[in-house]
Amino acid sequence: MALKASELSVGDTYTECLVEDLKRTQIVQYAGASGDYNPLHTDEVFTTEVAKYPSVFAHGMLTMGMTGRMLSNYVGDGRLTKYGVRFTSQVWPGDTLNSTATVESVEDGVVNLTVVTTNQDGNTVLSGYAAARVD
Amino acid sequence: MAVDKFPVEASHIMMFARSVADDNQIYYDADYAKGTEPGTIIAPPTFAQSSAQFDPDYRLRPKVGEPWFGSGGEPTGIKRESSGGGGGGGGGLHAEQHFEYHRHIKPGDVLSATVKPGKTWEKEGKRSGKLIFSETVTEYRDQDGELVITARGVGVRTERPVDQ
Repeated sequence: MALKASELSVGDTYTECLVEDLKRTQIVQYAGASGDYNPLHTDEVFTTEVAKYPSVFAHGMLTMGMTGRMLSNYVGDGRLTKYGVRFTSQVWPGDTLNSTATVESVEDGVVNLTVVTTNQDGNTVLSGYAAARVD
Repeated sequence: MAVDKFPVEASHIMMFARSVADDNQIYYDADYAKGTEPGTIIAPPTFAQSSAQFDPDYRLRPKVGEPWFGSGGEPTGIKRESSGGGGGGGGGLHAEQHFEYHRHIKPGDVLSATVKPGKTWEKEGKRSGKLIFSETVTEYRDQDGELVITARGVGVRTERPVDQ
């Protein structure tokens, strides 16, 4: 279900809730699938006692992956041409994340989007951009 | 990460999609995928990152016969001269990630990845002391040598754990 250039306007937004009350088990699941077993994400003892963080926290790439789900749902399967982000704050177990894509421009069959993912306190945890082919 | 052979398999795509809580059928149902625009199962947008599974030297995976820095009987399996956090003992945090898709990955692809170091720079951070950023550019090519994805990652090492 691709987007149509003729139906897009600058400033249009699309929002999805990425996760409610992020579970440690989902972080473990991401570690297993991605192969990134950094104990900071799954090992509470190491993370609190050695690394001195208050708890394990999500891989940035888990947040980017869930944000990518929002983008694919918006622009359609296989339509993304670019997707980039900065990780601006850590994501913790228990967090609820919402993500919004905003249309910046539509030209030559491509929509350019800004992407922002925020937590339950309204803090930005990820910000970036994406581009996708549109009809 | 440099990888000689990253065979893309349907079950790996399914597990990866589950881990990012993406239940789009195109990631696991070949019959459904036939009826979509790509016409086949494809990988989710950030799947290339799981090439780590196929990097024999990947540092963030426990390996047989080698010490592991996570906890066992003790909080860490490796004693360091100076722990002090340093961004978490894991060698830093992920600051940025960028993907450019030349086409989308599908099961049956056998990718290879080559890595070029990029820029490095420093910044004074309010919440974590001095920050040292370093960039790498990874090119994923398919079995025919065609460029599939260009990825640019930026890692950051912090002087101390990030203040919360």
